[in-house]
Amino acid sequence: MDLILFVIFAVLAVACAVSLVVQKHPIGSALSLIGVMGSLAILYLLLGAEFIAAVQLIVYAGAIMVLFVFVIMLLNTGAETATGRSWPSRLLGIPLITIFLGLLAFILQRMAPSMGMVRFGAFNTGAKEIGRSLFTTYLLPFEVTSVLVLIAILGAIVLARKEID
Amino acid sequence: MNFFLISLLKTAIVAGAFMTTLAYLQWIERKVLAHIQLRLGPYRVGFNGLLQPLADVVKLATKEGFVPSHVNTFFYVLAPFLAVLFALISVCVIPFGPSVEIFGVRTDLGLADINIGVLFVLAISSVGVYGIALGGWASNNKYSLLGGLRSSAQMISYELPMAIALAAPLLLLNDLSLRTIVNEQAGFYLGFIPRWSVFQMPFPQIVSFLIFLVSAFAETNRVPFDLPEAENELVGGFHTEYSSLNFAAFFMAEYANMITVTCMATALFLGGWQPLWPSEFGSDFVPVILLLAGAAMLFYHGVFEPIQGRKWDRVSFPAFGAIFAGLALLFLIPVLKPILVPLFWFIAKTGILLFLFIWVRGTLPRFRYDQLMNFTWKFLFPVAIVNLLVTAFAVALQGQKN
Amino acid sequence: MPQLNAVPLSWYLILSAILFTLGVAGFLFRRNIITVFMSIELMLNAVNLSFVAFSHQLRQIDGQIFTFFVMVVAAAEAAVGLAIILTVFKNRQTLSIDEVDSLKN
Repeated sequence: MDLILFVIFAVLAVACAVSLVVQKHPIGSALSLIGVMGSLAILYLLLGAEFIAAVQLIVYAGAIMVLFVFVIMLLNTGAETATGRSWPSRLLGIPLITIFLGLLAFILQRMAPSMGMVRFGAFNTGAKEIGRSLFTTYLLPFEVTSVLVLIAILGAIVLARKEID
Repeated sequence: MNFFLISLLKTAIVAGAFMTTLAYLQWIERKVLAHIQLRLGPYRVGFNGLLQPLADVVKLATKEGFVPSHVNTFFYVLAPFLAVLFALISVCVIPFGPSVEIFGVRTDLGLADINIGVLFVLAISSVGVYGIALGGWASNNKYSLLGGLRSSAQMISYELPMAIALAAPLLLLNDLSLRTIVNEQAGFYLGFIPRWSVFQMPFPQIVSFLIFLVSAFAETNRVPFDLPEAENELVGGFHTEYSSLNFAAFFMAEYANMITVTCMATALFLGGWQPLWPSEFGSDFVPVILLLAGAAMLFYHGVFEPIQGRKWDRVSFPAFGAIFAGLALLFLIPVLKPILVPLFWFIAKTGILLFLFIWVRGTLPRFRYDQLMNFTWKFLFPVAIVNLLVTAFAVALQGQKN
Repeated sequence: MPQLNAVPLSWYLILSAILFTLGVAGFLFRRNIITVFMSIELMLNAVNLSFVAFSHQLRQIDGQIFTFFVMVVAAAEAAVGLAIILTVFKNRQTLSIDEVDSLKN
């Protein structure tokens, strides 16, 4: 059961990620990314991270991506047009990426025997454990992140305010 | 295997009941609105228009499913599908009643009880915006696009006060599973005040209940927040270009969202299936009395005071009266009583909230868009945060005492 | 032959690697600022997956906390980044990366 679910959603995630890269229109890419995020949320559930799965949907798919879709729809610039000025990235990029993926696969393969199996239910963490950890061990990072978010809000307001006046 | 079969059966029952409610909610809405506006509402198809939903479905299904040539076909077709999917999926975590024994099998009334039930509903409702936004964009029409933009901005803004309003009762109830939440609200203060989270000590959650309700109106795009489909500004809003079943799908999604949101409010704030007063004072007999009163009224009007010129009422009113009386008797059967009475309380509370939705639609005018945004960011959001802080302090102080 | 009720951890890591590589590919090959931005989000997601997978493997919660922080930072980044994109579009009426090159000349 675990394996079937993993395969289904892993394939879905990879397909959506490929579609993100291939789609010409940004809204198609945005929807593919939402697909990736949704499948990842289910994989998180398989890994026993319930809270992270829910937050993945609420924050990533429900807030960040809505913002992306909103901006894409607001600007409504249409599909991407090739300018022909980016040939170096294509020329160098494809071999480099292949090498990069190959290296990652090689390292993972070398490490594989020492790694265990993932069983659903072997390690479940709910909101309680995360909350306790956030407010004890990781209290300082938590506070710092909240300040970061505040600064980001201010920055966004300042940047977007120019449009009005 | 047994578990599998029971789950399948429960899913079938809930899906059937949900779809029927969905169809009849629209009939009820039209009737109530009509009576608010001193009209009759639908009454031609079937007894008092009871077959109207069926007629509507047949009408919409037999219309041509027209796809305009200038739209982005894939997203155009995908959008209503997404809207319905996200509207229907969250019903599976809502508990309708306690765990009961039917034919020797013990089972929970409700489809699934997951540890993160509240978060699940929040997640699904936050993803729910894509149906409308995509539909508006794919229609390739400026009014639709404006509708879609408005809806995504509105839903993302009202999501905040709603989530914070939800957090306050969670502090009192200490769990994220909806079933545990309802069980935590069992019992009574001084023997008669229910321990629902709207009344629960140390800090009753009346404010957050109101905030949740207001945000729920905005999340479901209902009057007075139905800016995405404001017909006097945007023609038809995001569904201008939709016809036939695609159009029906958006409506279905709206009503399904309404039902889910009211179920959530009932489970989180109004104590789910917990009765209004203890059963020692006869709360188990409320459904019987209500149904018998309805039956008596139908009999009286059918036999002694029929409305002029409506001959069929002489037959149909007593017939429906008999059905009501039969339902009342069902509540007296000892085997069915522990199942039906909690269900009655859950449905009654949800029904009252749904009636509130319709009532507001018949009463309030629509907001202007800047008013809508000012209202959530400058009023609801700060109030929700203050409410959360006060609740947190109250809970912490009480914790110290114990 | 792998068992049906368990998945090797390395599969999760390989999936994460594939997603990350696709993110890099999108980042390199796409010319639309918003799509490039989304490719970055895809890379963050891929890394999150390996964090959670390791958290499961080590039976420790810290990986999930890290994921949580990554999400918060991503949210902040998206807010500021999209505001910047809006400003760029307002000033230049284009979203193509190749056109936004005034520092070059």
